[in-house]
Amino acid sequence: MSGVASATPALQLVDLHKSFGITPIIRGVSLDVAQHERHAIIGPNGAGKSTLFNLISGRFPASSGRVLLKGHDITGMPPYMINRRGLSRSFQVTNIFPRLTVFENIRCGLLWALGYRYSFWQMVERQRDARERTESILEQINLTARRSVPAGVLSYAEQRALEIGITIASGAEVIMLDEPTAGMSRSETEHAVALIRKVSQDKTLVIVEHDMSVVFDLADRISVLVYGQIIATDTPERIRANPAVQEAYLGVAADAEHAHA
Amino acid sequence: MSGAIRDESLAPAATGEPRSTTSRIASSRWRFAPWIGGAVALLLLPYVFRSGASITMMSLMGFAIIFALSYNMLLGQTGMLSFGHAVYYGLGGFITAHALNVVAAGKLPVPLLLMPLIGGLAGLSFALVFGWVSTKRAGTAFAMISLGIGELVAASSLILRGFFGGEGGISANRTATLKVFGLNFGPQIQVYYLIAAWCLLCIAAMYAFTRTPLGRMCNAVRENPERAEFVGYSTQMVRFIAFCTSGFFAGVAGGLAAIHYEIVTASMVGAVPSGFVLLMAYIGGVAFFIGPIIGAILMTALQISLSDYTGAWLLYVGLMFVLVVMYAPGGLAGILLMQLSVLRSGRLMALLPAYALAAVPTAMLLAGTVMLIETSHHLLVKSAEGPAMRLFGVSYDATSPLAWLAIAALLGLGFLAFRRTWPLAANAWHQASAEAQRRRSP
Repeated sequence: MSGVASATPALQLVDLHKSFGITPIIRGVSLDVAQHERHAIIGPNGAGKSTLFNLISGRFPASSGRVLLKGHDITGMPPYMINRRGLSRSFQVTNIFPRLTVFENIRCGLLWALGYRYSFWQMVERQRDARERTESILEQINLTARRSVPAGVLSYAEQRALEIGITIASGAEVIMLDEPTAGMSRSETEHAVALIRKVSQDKTLVIVEHDMSVVFDLADRISVLVYGQIIATDTPERIRANPAVQEAYLGVAADAEHAHA
Repeated sequence: MSGAIRDESLAPAATGEPRSTTSRIASSRWRFAPWIGGAVALLLLPYVFRSGASITMMSLMGFAIIFALSYNMLLGQTGMLSFGHAVYYGLGGFITAHALNVVAAGKLPVPLLLMPLIGGLAGLSFALVFGWVSTKRAGTAFAMISLGIGELVAASSLILRGFFGGEGGISANRTATLKVFGLNFGPQIQVYYLIAAWCLLCIAAMYAFTRTPLGRMCNAVRENPERAEFVGYSTQMVRFIAFCTSGFFAGVAGGLAAIHYEIVTASMVGAVPSGFVLLMAYIGGVAFFIGPIIGAILMTALQISLSDYTGAWLLYVGLMFVLVVMYAPGGLAGILLMQLSVLRSGRLMALLPAYALAAVPTAMLLAGTVMLIETSHHLLVKSAEGPAMRLFGVSYDATSPLAWLAIAALLGLGFLAFRRTWPLAANAWHQASAEAQRRRSP
């Protein structure tokens, strides 16, 4: 949200709707995420947070409404087209290449962005830029020591870090993380938050998260999604103070957090 | 274990990304060693196996290797199970045969050396057309479409008699091409060297393909197509390009087959070679680059030699396939590499007693199975010849209770002993390999 950010939002949702059969899941979501903003989406289970992610990233087509990335309409595009335009996402359930090495997992994430595309006339191991960028990502996500191990044998927390690594590898300007700390211990979560903060520097981040301490720690703004509609979008302090939000969602979470502490 | 060393293949020195400067230099110096070794071996083989039959067999192996490797570009590398790969092999063969005839009729200055390229381009062209349709889907749907296209082409071969030549097929004369270096490719030995050169070239090209950005993304698509879409790759496009490349090499193999046989028949595009290439790749081991090479060599040898000994040879091939699918999904290459890792650490000798112990009941089971199949085969298929038969150099009566008692004893005792000794061998291997791993990473 710094001064250099232009007026065009990094990501813009316009009256987005999604129904599965006759069941509406997303019921008219409009949202602007500014460039270089860290935006969190919270809401109770079943509110449609993951569905919203899937609509934005092209995993599912929207029933109606539009998605704009840096002002360009990306509605209805397949995931790879959206990724090539600079939006990269992670998954709630770890989604990696289990029998490829950790190194190769990261490298798969950046080959397209570096311009290698479908090339079969050059040797991938001789490409210095791909190797160096992969090594720098491995360094960032703290997996350098595990580079030659098949990704499937990593620990859960390591796989989550790899998931983030694949997501940021392309250098996309808009990064979307779907519950990156789900299932992690306290110390692992702290580690993951520091990592997310580091890799989302000078990027636009959209994050779905259940852990309220993570959300209030990271986010510039928060949107609260309840039954497929955004009931409030504001700064963390004002979200915390918003009575409608407290009633719909935070009350329960605050209690839980209280009990946790 | 197959997961860990997947795709580490032909040339151990040239695999993986280099870790240090020294190993990088070492690996680049030795990178060409396996290829030079392979070329020398191909050059010298006819001096070791001199008979006409063995030179013919090695020629067959040459294009079987290309065919099987091209198939594995789909199955092992990209995770696409095709039941109709012979379409590109067979059509490559037909186009090459027609091209040979055109060259001969028009006295065109085209050397035979380049004719397999025409087969390759034919395979590529048909893969472009059929692949455009079939690679829109992955998994089971792709497999079904490939089966459908295979049937479609096999059915058209009965209708389009001009192109496929009906029952008689299309004959061609390889010697009527432009002569280079005074070679007329009449003698089989010259054809062998032609096939060997193309074989080496194709192996090198297909190996290089696995090391390219696209080749790596093929693996990514095999592992997790959804994630590949979210890192910027259209899985359909990856499948399509892999399919076309595979079709090209299958076509080269078909072209070489046409040159070798000097006749192609409709059976070449049919379900039988489509199934056989799947067997070659799978029995050899689809997880390893070298797997289909091993599979092609072994299966071709079996096809030629075993069929001389027994009419039931296909049954043995089928049994072998079932056993590999059930107990050795890494194929023969997987089994070999398991031993290699122990051999490298110098512990194979310690394993030999356990292996020898397990080998006895295995041999008993094998003998019992062969005797059962051959005796039944004799009684059922060759009943007109009477009950007297020979097996393993022993003459006996196929109807005598003693023979069947021997079968039962071999199978029964062999099975019991097998169950007791194999865990010992497996244990010994696990210990040795764990030891080897401890040494490698102190």
